[in-house]
Amino acid sequence: MSDAALSLTRFIPELALVGTLAVVIVADLLTQRWETLRANSLLTWIAGGGLLVALFTSLGPPGGGALFASMIADDGLLAVLRPVFALTALFVLLFSLRARELESVRMGEMVALIVTTAAALMWMAGSVNLVMIYLSLETVSVASYLMVGYLSSERLSNEASLKYILFGAVSTGAMLFGLSLLYGMTGTLDLYGVREALASGAHGPELLLVLVLIAGGIGFKIAAVPFHFWCPDVYTGAPTPVTAFLSVGPKAAGFAVLIRFFYSGLATPEGGSFLPIPGSEAQTLLIVLSVVTMTLGNVAALLQTNLKRLLAYSSIGHAGTMLMGAAALSSEAVHAIGVYLVVYLFMNLGAFFVVILAHRVTGSFDLASYAGFWKRSPVLTIAMVVFLLSLLGMPPFMGFAAKYYVFIAVIQADLVWLAVVGGLNVAVAAAYYLKVVMTMVIEPGEASPPAFAFSRLDAVLLALLAIPNLVGLLFWNALDGFTRVSRQLLDLV
Amino acid sequence: MIPLEHYLYIAAALFALGVFGVLTRRNAVSVLMSIELIFNSANINLVAFSRYVEGAVGGQVFALLVIVVAACEAAVALAIVMSLYRLLKEVNIDRASELRG
Repeated sequence: MSDAALSLTRFIPELALVGTLAVVIVADLLTQRWETLRANSLLTWIAGGGLLVALFTSLGPPGGGALFASMIADDGLLAVLRPVFALTALFVLLFSLRARELESVRMGEMVALIVTTAAALMWMAGSVNLVMIYLSLETVSVASYLMVGYLSSERLSNEASLKYILFGAVSTGAMLFGLSLLYGMTGTLDLYGVREALASGAHGPELLLVLVLIAGGIGFKIAAVPFHFWCPDVYTGAPTPVTAFLSVGPKAAGFAVLIRFFYSGLATPEGGSFLPIPGSEAQTLLIVLSVVTMTLGNVAALLQTNLKRLLAYSSIGHAGTMLMGAAALSSEAVHAIGVYLVVYLFMNLGAFFVVILAHRVTGSFDLASYAGFWKRSPVLTIAMVVFLLSLLGMPPFMGFAAKYYVFIAVIQADLVWLAVVGGLNVAVAAAYYLKVVMTMVIEPGEASPPAFAFSRLDAVLLALLAIPNLVGLLFWNALDGFTRVSRQLLDLV
Repeated sequence: MIPLEHYLYIAAALFALGVFGVLTRRNAVSVLMSIELIFNSANINLVAFSRYVEGAVGGQVFALLVIVVAACEAAVALAIVMSLYRLLKEVNIDRASELRG
């Protein structure tokens, strides 16, 4: 078989999503005259079916080679992240059926955009060519701008979208400038060719400049300080399901690109660790980024009174923790980030789902509106407490596994002081997660608040998100085994 | 023949101008024009390198793709600016300040 035909057989999840996209667009046109609710649920179920196909076809061992003339790496990292993206998109799709902001809106374009983004995230996670990295990153970005601004008659949604696109265009522009310089320095667009060319010579500050420019584009996607300014505003202004999507999907894909760059492109593998090209200062850069990101994210989260904003800063803090893992530059670090992203999917989407359900009844995202939550809905309160403690990394919950792997990777790389900084940050994070828990459980709230009503879909989604967090540690081996393949990064030399 | 450095100086100057424009302009459309400068500075780099560096032809393809992506992004950005204009009746980005904290 030719390279293209062989590549297509390893590309089934993405092809399924592109097919689903075509069906969704046609179905949206055919149902223009239907009433909104009926059309929305039909489109959601079509796209949900497509995402399920993508989810199940993406499970399985990695192929181990490069696809489409070394554009995409079909390796362990992609094998771990593909199901993450499909599952995230599936949850977000179902969330958007239940979100109050999207209730009376036609969802045709939104469903199409979610499917597009899921496919583009998969491309992004596998890219090992500078052109492919740039194109997939921009596909994700443009689709995200549109999703954030989906409520075109609402000022906040528009404002968030404008901020997102202006900030995003500048960041990716800077990244593109860095990529063009890297191309000039090495004469190739292939990431492995870049490494080969860089390893053969000495480098001065120009390589660091290139690296900082590229880190700008990646930092924008994962919301790392100092490229995070868009994050709280966009998370607050966007429809909540979109916020949930942005906090998990693009962040995971951004980390995949970061690993491709810093581990495959700018470092040479040796045993279980990756030695950065001399002169690139890659490790220093990652350490500085991680310390600044987690500290600022967690401290700023302390001051928030809006739960969506608080979760935005908490997601910046989590990006910092994952960057701390990335700074270890070892196979353990890749594995740790794989575990973190899988766990993060369940805990963060769960927290956002509770926010969506609460907003249906209270119509508010303010922390104050969560007072007396325990008396109104014990089930929802317990679920939220589970998600928040899991985000914090408390042992009986699955979030502990994520933190454990990252800290072990950092300590094994002899960066004990960095692990201590990370530990202090967990203590800071405890303050704001517990503040939310306190507000929900202890504060009295209104005398006779409106009651919560669950649909069957809500209960199923809540259970699917909460149960992995609750009993996750019982399946430590399964989690470890599923993510272990991420250590097998493609290496073409 | 014009040496490679001259192209790189032009590109760097364009990039700096673009960043300067993004930071100082308050009109959303002007900011978008500055962003186009950033994209085009990278394009000049790509094409210049693919002409001067031996065996590197991918840069021209990259530049073409960047033009396509930049057009998509500009279309989406202008649509968002239009939509905000309908609500605010102006395109000053300082007015888009309800989200803060």
